[in-house]
Amino acid sequence: MPESAAGTPLHIITLVKWVPDAQLERRFTAERRIDRSEGILGELDEYPLEAALQIKEAASRDVRVSALTIGPAGAATAAKKALQIGADDAFHLSDDALTGADVVATSAALAAAIEHVLADGDAEGEHLVITGMASEDGESGAVPPQLAERLGLNLVTQATAVALEEDRLVVTRASATEQQRLAAALPAVVSVTDQANEPRYPNFKAIMAAKKKPMTSWSLADVGLDASAVASKATVLTAEARPPRTAGEIITDEGDAGVKIVEFLAKERVL
Amino acid sequence: MSVALVFFESLDARLSSAQQELLTLAATLGEVHVVTGTPGDRAVDAVAVEGVQTVYTGDAEILTPDPALVDLLETAVQETAASAILAPDTPDSTDALARLAVRLDTGIITDAVGIDSERRVTKSVLAGSYTTTAEVAEDRALVATVKPNSVEAAVVAGQAPEVVALPVGPSLAEGAAASGGVEVLQRTPLEVSERPALTEARVVVAGGRGVDGNFGPLEELADELGAAIGASRAATDAGWIDHAAQVGQTGVTVSPQLYISAGISGAIQQRAGMQTAQTIVAINKDEDAPVFEIADFGVVGDLFEVVPQMVEELRRRKG
Repeated sequence: MPESAAGTPLHIITLVKWVPDAQLERRFTAERRIDRSEGILGELDEYPLEAALQIKEAASRDVRVSALTIGPAGAATAAKKALQIGADDAFHLSDDALTGADVVATSAALAAAIEHVLADGDAEGEHLVITGMASEDGESGAVPPQLAERLGLNLVTQATAVALEEDRLVVTRASATEQQRLAAALPAVVSVTDQANEPRYPNFKAIMAAKKKPMTSWSLADVGLDASAVASKATVLTAEARPPRTAGEIITDEGDAGVKIVEFLAKERVL
Repeated sequence: MSVALVFFESLDARLSSAQQELLTLAATLGEVHVVTGTPGDRAVDAVAVEGVQTVYTGDAEILTPDPALVDLLETAVQETAASAILAPDTPDSTDALARLAVRLDTGIITDAVGIDSERRVTKSVLAGSYTTTAEVAEDRALVATVKPNSVEAAVVAGQAPEVVALPVGPSLAEGAAASGGVEVLQRTPLEVSERPALTEARVVVAGGRGVDGNFGPLEELADELGAAIGASRAATDAGWIDHAAQVGQTGVTVSPQLYISAGISGAIQQRAGMQTAQTIVAINKDEDAPVFEIADFGVVGDLFEVVPQMVEELRRRKG
């Protein structure tokens, strides 16, 4: 197997998401959905892209890196950014029926889209799906395991290091109690943390080159799904802005601030 | 009566505080059963707790990240007809429950901070800036992970529950990667600290760029307060402390009773991980540090003078 794998093309699909900028104020709409009128490529999605590009650059075989995103029209921006960073091509699934999709609906749509990306070309090659540790807005981390479950692929989550060694992936990750080194055969779904690498920035040449890279837009029907296949199972009943924390007492140390903090803690009964 | 099934990846001789909290929460939802990868003879003493009826295990030990844990969960759900399946909010439990939700064709809600008797789930979202409630349809099971420090633990020692070994065994075999699967090459236990776990601690003392490589004074303060040590990304990236200590958007999220922030500017990345703390105390040299906008008590000053004085004062008060 190792010898034959060296010549087998590898197709890596990285999932990217267009999310509201966490540096700015994020809010819910009156429909109890996250306001997606503006966004950026999620920072946590730069790590899977970088992991894919490093695998491609280190490999002695043909590696194609595709970026896949789901989201409203604006999400194409995230896909374009992925092309600038170095993905070879991009796919954008957009459909009104996906508005407010929960984890289960998102993974159902992504699973179908991944199958269509894979059908687009090298059916004979090997496949790898790389995602971030979580989306920056949903923060659940539950989509990668659901993709592995739906697609019947091996799963390795929360990777802090990923390398392709001939025909298998070698991954380092942390569980709640231990550090684990794992080997996984392809095809697989791997989620990577922000410890996995140092993402690159696109340079001018890459930005210009990205304009010529293909981007495919799909609706749900294009990937063989109807709206009922992506119905959310969890319903958001209420979404309340947390009352903003207000600044309390701020003092400048005049040699007794340590004592004053302890007095404050005693008064607040948190000692 | 409805059934709440609680999943623990593994059980030690004693329940952690997060595990106790989860059993307490589960008891408000129905009859409690536990399912775990740890063999029954080792699991049973830990869950000899009033209200826990049964502990379901595999026919041998199943360790993370073995997907056999999902088979075990699925079988236990069939056995118990559970209407709520809960687990602590850890990466491997999230993976297992997420896969289970696909098999049960139901929703998953992660990072819950509360679940009421109608199975409505409360969680904190968008880095603590919103609180949402959500539910799954009445005829579907609720699958949820729960954050530590969400409920007050109230478990009472009780009779040993019945142990039921289900016909599910481990699937991660040596050499599996060569035949299409996943295998574990090496397991290294994470360093166990004498201090409480960061996500579970009632008090967190956290340091950032301002500690300049020296966490010594903060550790002394943490010792006095029985606190866990946290850090900003600047401090973990600098290598001054292990990455596991990172509090923030890409690290852990904490909701302690008291969060003491020393030498951390409090950029949004950091705030995302700690702004649901009950009380925040901040010490920073820079009076314009954003952390002062959210601190209940702030000191503009040198942490290397303020923190040792706190330690001294705490010791004096203890007499």
